[in-house]
Amino acid sequence: MKTAVFRIWRGNAAGGEFRDYETGVSEGMVVLDAIHHIQATEANDLACRWNCKAGKCGSCSAEVNGMPRLMCMTRLSELPLDKPVTVEPIKAFPLLKDLITDVSWNFRVKKKIKKFKPRPPDAPDGTWRMQQEDIDRVQEFRKCIECFLCQDVCHVLRDHRKYDEFIGPRFLIYVAALEMHPLDTEDRLEELRETQGIGYCNITKCCTKVCPESIHITDNAIIPLKERVVDDYYDPLGWLWKKMRRKKGSGGS
Amino acid sequence: MAEYQRHEHDVLVIGAGGAGLRAAIESAHSGASVGLICKSLLGKAHTVMAEGGIAAALANVDDRDNWKVHFADTMRGGQYVNNWRMAELHAREAPERVRELEAWGAVFDRTKDGRILQRNFGGHKYPRLAHVGDRTGLEMIRTLQDHGIHQGIDVHMEVCVLALLKDGARVSGAFAYDRERGRFRIFRAKAIILATGGIGKAYKITSNSWDCTGDGHALAYHAGAELIDMEYLQFHPTGMVWPPSVRGMLVTEGVRGEGGILTNNDGQRFMFDFIPENYKAQTADNEEEGWRYTQGDKEARRPPELLTRDHVARCIVREIKEGRGTPHGGVYLDISWIKKRLPKAEEHIKRKLPSMYHQFKQLGDVDITREPMEVGPTTHYIMGGVRVDADTQMSSVPGLFAAGECAAGINGANRLGGNSLSDLLVFGKRAGEFAAKFAREQSLGGVDEAVVKKLADEALQPFANGDKDNPYTVQRDLQEMMQHNVGIVREESEMQSALEHLKVLWERTKEVGVTGHRDFNPGWHTALDLKNLLTVSEAITRAALERKESRGAQFREDYPEKSAEFGKVNTIVWKGEDGGMQIRRETIPEMREELKRIIEEMK
Ligand SMILES: Cc1cc2nc3c(=O)[nH]c(=O)nc-3n(C[C@H](O)[C@H](O)[C@H](O)COP(=O)(O)OP(=O)(O)OC[C@H]3O[C@@H](n4cnc5c(N)ncnc54)[C@H](O)[C@@H]3O)c2cc1C
Ligand code: SF4
Ligand code: SF4
Ligand code: FES
Repeated sequence: MKTAVFRIWRGNAAGGEFRDYETGVSEGMVVLDAIHHIQATEANDLACRWNCKAGKCGSCSAEVNGMPRLMCMTRLSELPLDKPVTVEPIKAFPLLKDLITDVSWNFRVKKKIKKFKPRPPDAPDGTWRMQQEDIDRVQEFRKCIECFLCQDVCHVLRDHRKYDEFIGPRFLIYVAALEMHPLDTEDRLEELRETQGIGYCNITKCCTKVCPESIHITDNAIIPLKERVVDDYYDPLGWLWKKMRRKKGSGGS
Repeated sequence: MAEYQRHEHDVLVIGAGGAGLRAAIESAHSGASVGLICKSLLGKAHTVMAEGGIAAALANVDDRDNWKVHFADTMRGGQYVNNWRMAELHAREAPERVRELEAWGAVFDRTKDGRILQRNFGGHKYPRLAHVGDRTGLEMIRTLQDHGIHQGIDVHMEVCVLALLKDGARVSGAFAYDRERGRFRIFRAKAIILATGGIGKAYKITSNSWDCTGDGHALAYHAGAELIDMEYLQFHPTGMVWPPSVRGMLVTEGVRGEGGILTNNDGQRFMFDFIPENYKAQTADNEEEGWRYTQGDKEARRPPELLTRDHVARCIVREIKEGRGTPHGGVYLDISWIKKRLPKAEEHIKRKLPSMYHQFKQLGDVDITREPMEVGPTTHYIMGGVRVDADTQMSSVPGLFAAGECAAGINGANRLGGNSLSDLLVFGKRAGEFAAKFAREQSLGGVDEAVVKKLADEALQPFANGDKDNPYTVQRDLQEMMQHNVGIVREESEMQSALEHLKVLWERTKEVGVTGHRDFNPGWHTALDLKNLLTVSEAITRAALERKESRGAQFREDYPEKSAEFGKVNTIVWKGEDGGMQIRRETIPEMREELKRIIEEMK
């Protein structure tokens, strides 16, 4: 059987090192299979998160050969196996152990974003009418599996550590999904500008490149949000009018 | 006395999948203080994987649909051993629960007139599944999560419950550990809701996620609650079979709902060969009619690919056994053929089944818009679980409730696709409501510190065991054993030998050792999971032995027919005085006349 060497980061916040493990390679294998194999044989206590092993839960984020990836969706066949494959934790959040980081900041950030507030129902039975074309965009954002890989690569978080001033690409699309939801009546633009730091994003598009769900984070979410924020700031009345028109117009009748 | 971190809540919900989240929201809404525990991060529970949709008779696509049809479909699918009251409540309340999700921000696919779109699924007479492409579970869990975080619920992430604590007959708390540091925690609560999901990890080939180790089943059992219907384990007919790394990964029934067909290596569409008597009237007998059905023709009957899962799975096993399988031991599932019928079929497939397209492309090197998939049965869902009162979801232990996949009753001998997500909502809500009510009427129960001390010592035992046996090896041996002995086709002597194997595995489990420290140690976690996996494996085996007939998901080679006598009973498993597993049959209560009439009318 063919084999490969995995150079895996072992340790915690206090320190650690890369250690090499050798495993067999079989057809179709993904990085997470290798990690599981190593866990089951050589390193029972090797910590990593995973749930679905199908690219659906966003638990198994790590950096494979320096690239932020879902381990369960990274085939060994796409990696050069003639040299060790490095696997290390994502960098934007504090390390807990081995491949696991403390991502709780993300959960706290989300809680601070104003929740969905629908307009009154359109029909007497308490339901709404929406056209598919009016929700396509929102559905794109709602594909997000919260793997936080986009947060990992965004320099505002990763390098500049602006956790108190910037919510990161994941939550910018979360706000976008709410703002562009045809039923929503809440206004989140002031926070976007003031406390959520949309201005920090300088459209490098690194986030979009790593998104395993291929969400067009920058083009479809962040840029339109930036435009709205600017409109809102310089022309509050005009914006209000547009917003009302937009929300009404998308009701479909 | 060791110092543990302690928490107190009116209602403690264990599990944050669809059922747990919905329950927690309801309890909080009723004014209770709520704690919600999950062993993974919030939003990652197995529910996130659900694909096809939520079954609810909204009648948005076909106005002939209503709760009665849904009820009759569910009972027929379950071979009439369902808890009919649960099936009734489920069918009546599911539409309201789905609409509520929309009010909380869910964005379902739409009909032309702007309402929630519904799709066809096996065993459902009309298009009934509200969905979002093939990622409905994600939409559901995210909606509940994003709504739930604003309801004042205390969420304890990556905390795993190891045992329930009791005060006399009633449940009074839970003993748990946090995965990050490996420290023990004690939760006291007036009422506890189990919502821990399924048991797929007891088998080698499964569609289930890491979570699904039957914890709630086992926690309830060891706390004295009864389990019911444990022999009914659903093998989904279409899991991936190749490459080995993805074996078992689900291929949604939505593929067949959109017109996908099953063929063997002779290119023959074998599902037409055998259509069960009670489905003949509603099943197409030619390919043309089947196709028209999938394209929304209301006059057409559904193709046999959309018969119930137990039946489709057995037909696939037959094809493979009789030598008509594919190179990797499956059959073909083909959606690409629809290009003969539809213009722009390629785009159509990608839009309707985006995750399937990616899953095969990325993991199997197969382009499903151009070539057929290879599929075979995979362990998917357990119909059996904690026995609960239909209306309140309380188990036989006062104060202990259960909802979702770990509870049982609604599905009988076989679950229809889409009926789980709706079950989570309907009975999650009910459990939350009645647990909060129970909590209002009670004070906190006591916690026996001696019991806690013993539990803590037991949990730490693997660290003292050195390297006698490896938890991962025991887990793997169990999975292979169950796959082989208590799988899709069952037989007395194999199951007897399973019981023998289980004894050995219990002994080995006492000996497993782990290395390293307590903080985030997956080896230790696996060691602690074993007890749950073994408990549910034994319950499945004993119940399957007890039921000497074939019905729904239970197929006995030695008793291949249905028996009228067994059609009147459920099997109940509980922990006896001596600690051994007990089993009995219990007669199903007589159905209300009104419901009987509905079933007759819909025949
Ligand atoms: C691939 C796939 C697709 C599916 N598609 C559909 C579909 O289209 N329609 C449909 O109706 N059904 C579908 N199902 C079935 C359905 O998804 C599940 O039955 C359902 O999601 C189970 O939900 P639940 O809330 O009961 O539990 P889960 O979602 O499994 O959640 C269990 C929760 O309990 C927690 N937990 C478990 N044990 C412990 C413990 N000891 N301590 C603390 N927390 C614990 C977990 O962390 C998790 O939060 C599908 C299943 C699979 C596998
Ligand atoms: S585009 Fe903006 S949000 Fe995305 S990585 Fe670059 S700076 Fe960060
Ligand atoms: S937007 Fe994409 S990369 Fe970011 S968390 Fe969501 S799925 Fe992951
Ligand atoms: S394990 Fe779920 S995305 Fe990788």
